[in-house]
Amino acid sequence: MSDSVETAAVAAPVPTGQSGTVVRSTVMRRLIRNPMGIASLVILGSIALLAIFAPVLAPFEENFANITKTLAPADSVNILGTDSAGRDTWSRLLFGAQLTLLSAMLCAGVAIAIGLPAGLIAGYYAGKFEAVSNWVVSILMSLPGLIVLLTIRAAFGPSVWISMIAFGVLISPSYFRLTRTAVQSVRNELYVDAARVSGLSDWSIIARHIFSVIRAPIIIQTAAIAGVAIAIQSGLEFLGLGDPTKATWGVMLSEGFKNVYLTPTLLFWPALAMALTIGGLVLLGNAIRDALEDGEKIRHRKKRATLEGTTAAPAAGRPSRKAVAAVDAGTEHHLVKVTNLGVGYPQADGSVKKVVDDVSFHVDRGEILGIVGESGSGKSQTAFSILGLLPDNARIVGGAIQFDGSYTVAPGEERVNQDRLSKLRGKRISYIPQEPMSNLDPAFTIGYQLVTPMVRVLGISKEEARKRALKLLTDVGIVNPERTFSAYPHEVSGGMAQRVLIAGAISCEPDLVIADEPTTALDVTVQADVLDLLRELQQRLNIGIILVTHNFGVVADLCDRVAVMQNGRLVEEGSVRDILRNPKEQYTQTLLASMLEGKTPMSMLVSSQKEPVA
Amino acid sequence: MIKFIAKRLGSGLVVLFVVSALTFTLLYTSSGSIARNILGDQATPEQVAFKEQELGLDQPLVTRYFAWLGDALSGNLGASWFTSEPVASSLATRIPVTMTMVFTAMILIAICAALIGVAAAVKRGWVDRVVQVGAIVGDSIPGYVIGVLLVTILAIQLGFFPATSTISPEVGPEAWVYSMTLPVIALLINGVTGGAQQIRSAVIKQLERDYVRTLRSRGIGEREILFKHVLRSAAPAGLTVLSLQLIGMLGGVVIIEQIFALPGMGPLAVTATGQSDLPVVMGVVMYTVVVVIVVNLLVDILNGWLNPKVRVS
Repeated sequence: MSDSVETAAVAAPVPTGQSGTVVRSTVMRRLIRNPMGIASLVILGSIALLAIFAPVLAPFEENFANITKTLAPADSVNILGTDSAGRDTWSRLLFGAQLTLLSAMLCAGVAIAIGLPAGLIAGYYAGKFEAVSNWVVSILMSLPGLIVLLTIRAAFGPSVWISMIAFGVLISPSYFRLTRTAVQSVRNELYVDAARVSGLSDWSIIARHIFSVIRAPIIIQTAAIAGVAIAIQSGLEFLGLGDPTKATWGVMLSEGFKNVYLTPTLLFWPALAMALTIGGLVLLGNAIRDALEDGEKIRHRKKRATLEGTTAAPAAGRPSRKAVAAVDAGTEHHLVKVTNLGVGYPQADGSVKKVVDDVSFHVDRGEILGIVGESGSGKSQTAFSILGLLPDNARIVGGAIQFDGSYTVAPGEERVNQDRLSKLRGKRISYIPQEPMSNLDPAFTIGYQLVTPMVRVLGISKEEARKRALKLLTDVGIVNPERTFSAYPHEVSGGMAQRVLIAGAISCEPDLVIADEPTTALDVTVQADVLDLLRELQQRLNIGIILVTHNFGVVADLCDRVAVMQNGRLVEEGSVRDILRNPKEQYTQTLLASMLEGKTPMSMLVSSQKEPVA
Repeated sequence: MIKFIAKRLGSGLVVLFVVSALTFTLLYTSSGSIARNILGDQATPEQVAFKEQELGLDQPLVTRYFAWLGDALSGNLGASWFTSEPVASSLATRIPVTMTMVFTAMILIAICAALIGVAAAVKRGWVDRVVQVGAIVGDSIPGYVIGVLLVTILAIQLGFFPATSTISPEVGPEAWVYSMTLPVIALLINGVTGGAQQIRSAVIKQLERDYVRTLRSRGIGEREILFKHVLRSAAPAGLTVLSLQLIGMLGGVVIIEQIFALPGMGPLAVTATGQSDLPVVMGVVMYTVVVVIVVNLLVDILNGWLNPKVRVS
C-alpha cells in the first residue's frame, strides 16, 4: 500500500538558515495564491468543519437503524439513502469523518512525540544513542504497516485508538530521520557555533535555530502521514477488524461492497470521502513544498537581479543590428570568434534575464586567453556557450560564435546548434572542469572514462585507446599510470583526478581547450603543477586555450591575452602585459587591487597586545 | 563482497530473532485468558486449566518462546488453535498464491515506473506533467479502494472480468491470467504512479550532475550517457523505491486478496487476527519478516554490485 511516506520526507526541502517568522508568513501567502494550496485548504477545512459539527449536522445517531427502510435510495429524510441495516448514510459519513480525522491526528501526534525528540537527540549529540536508534529505525522500517496492525489487533482487540498509537510508533522513523538530518546539517553551521560560543544553552539553540529549520518539512511530513494513517485505518476497518460499534468510512466501504450488487452507490460515498480527504492532504503537502521551493528560487533571483541592476539599463539600449553587421564584416580567420554574444534565461513573467550581453573576443591557435571576473559575471556561461553545454532553458539572445570559420551559433539563432557542435565536441573542442571529483563518474574506472571517448571520437580500437590513455597519464605527470588507469575515481586524490581530466581533455588532440577554473578546487602546490602542465601542453600541441578564472595571478602566470567581464559584459580586453600594467577600467583596477599577491603583509594581531612574557 | 553479504545476512538474522521475540511477547502477554477465548464462556475452570496445560500456556513466557523458536527452526510453527491445521502447511499452500501476485505486480511496476519515470525526466513537457498529476491521484486513493472500484465497474457492472479469482493455475493459463488481471492492477496502480515520480526525481538529480556535462564535452552521445551512466547511477535510488513498495505491498495484498476472495495469505491473516489465533498470527508475521529480509538483502547485494566503493573492498 502507500508506505512511501519516507520518500516524501526526503523530497522535502530543508531550508537551512532562514529566520522563522518571515519565511512562514511569505510561505503562507504563496500557499494561498497557489490554486493547489487554496483548493486543499478549502477541502480539508470543510471536512474538518463537517466533522466538528457532526452531532449538530447529522439528522440521525450514527447507529440508529430503521429496519423497515434498508438499502433505500436517497430521499428527503435520508439524503444519501440508507445501508443494509437501515442506517442513514449521510449521518454515518459525518461521524466517520470525526473518527477518521481524530485517529489521523492521534497517529501523527504519537509519531511526532517519539520521532522529533529522538531525532533531535540523535542529530545533536550523535554517539551511542544515534547508533541504537538507527538500528531500531531500520527494524521498524522493515515491517509492513498493515501486518503490524493485524498483530496489534490480535493482541489487544479492536480499538481505533490502540491501532493508531501503534501505527504512530511504527511510522515515527520518518520524523526521526527528517529531524536528525536537518539537525545534523544545522549543527555544524557557523551561526550555531557562534550561538554556542556566546553561551546559549543547547536547548535554546535547538529551540531557536533548529526548530525554525525543521518546522516546514514537519508540516509536509504530517500531511503525508495523516493520509497514510487514514488509508491504513480504513483498510483495517474494511477487513472487518475495526471496532464494530463505530461508524467509520472503512466499515461503510465494506458494507457497500457487500451490497455491491444491490446498491453500488453505498460504496461511492465513503470512497469519495476518503479520496477527498487523503487527496486534500497530499495536495497540501505538495503546495507547501512548492511554496518553499519558490521561495528559494525568488531569493536567488533577487540576489542576481541586484548584481545586474547597475549595468542592465545601458546594455539594453545597444542596437542588436550592429551585431549582425559585425559578424558579416569579420573576414579575418580565428580559431574561435565570439561576436556580440548574448545569453539569457526566460523568466516566469515572460521577460528574459540576460547573463551574458554583447561579448566579443577571439582566440587563435597556440594562444591562451584568460576570461576574468567575479562569480556571476557570466564568464562560465560564455565558456559553456562555446561548448554548446548551456542548461536546457538558456537562450542565445544575440550575436554569433564561429569555430574555425563555421558558425556554431549563427546570427539570429536562439540555441546553440547541437548538430554542428556534437561533431566538434570532444574532437576539436574540449573541456577541463573546475571540480575534479564530481566530474568523473564514480561508477566507472578512470581507464574506462579515458578510453571510451577515444574509441567513440577517433574510431580507434580499445587496445590502441588503452595504450594512448596510459601514455596520456604519463604525459600529465602521473607516476604510476597503470594503477591510476584501473582505479575508480574515489581511489585517487583531487590533484590526481584533475590531471586525469586534463588528460581526458587532450586525449583526442583538440584544437581548443576550455578550462573552467581548472585550479580553484586544488591545493596551492598542486595548482602550480597543473598550471605548468597546461602551459607545457599548450606549447607542445599548439592548441588554443580559454582559461576561465577569477584569479589574476593565474592570468599573469599563463595567459597571453585577457578579457575582463563584469555583470555579463566585457569590460576590457587586451594583452596581459597591458592590462596588468595599465588597467583602463575602474573595475579592472578594483579587481587587481583585491589581489593578495605583492601586498605588504599586515601586522600580526598579537603584536598589538602586550608583549608576551619571554 | 562475500564479507559484505555475510554481514548483511547476519544482521538480517538478528532482526528476525528480535522481531520474533517482540511479537511473541506482545501476543502472549496481552491477549487476556487465551484458553477461555478458545473454549468460550461456558467452559468450567477445570476445562480452562486443562486447555492451558495442553497449549503449554502454564509455562513461563521465556520457556515457551524458546520452545517455539526451537520448533520453528526445525520447520514446525505449531498448529492453529481453531482448525488444528499445522501453520507451516497452511502457509505453504497460501504463500505461492500471494507471492505470484506480489511478484507479478512488482515486475510490472518496475518496468512501467522505470519507463515512465525516465521518459518524464528526459523529455519533460507533457509526459512530466502527467506523471506529476498521476502521483497526486495515486497517493490520494488507497489500493484497496481502487480494487473495490475496479470490481464494481469492470467486473460487476460491465462484466469484463470475473469478480472473484479463486481459479487455480491448473484450469488453464488463459482463465488464470484473466482472473488475476484485476487484483494485480489494483496492487500496482499506486506503485506505478508513486514509483514513476520517484524514479523521475532520481534521474533528474543524476542528469544535473557535473560528470554528465563533462561526458558530453568529451563527445559521448546522449543515448550512451543516459543508458550507461545516468541510469546506472540512478539505479540504487530506484531499487530502494521498489523495495519499499514491495514491503508495503505485503500489507496491501492482504486487503486485495480479501476483496477478490483469493486463497492467499490475506484471508488466513484476517481470520487468525479476528480470532486471536496466535500461532497462525506468529506464522504470518514470520513469513512477512523473512520476505522483507530477503528483499532487503537482494537490494543490498545489487546496490553493492552497482557501487564500486563496496564492490572493491
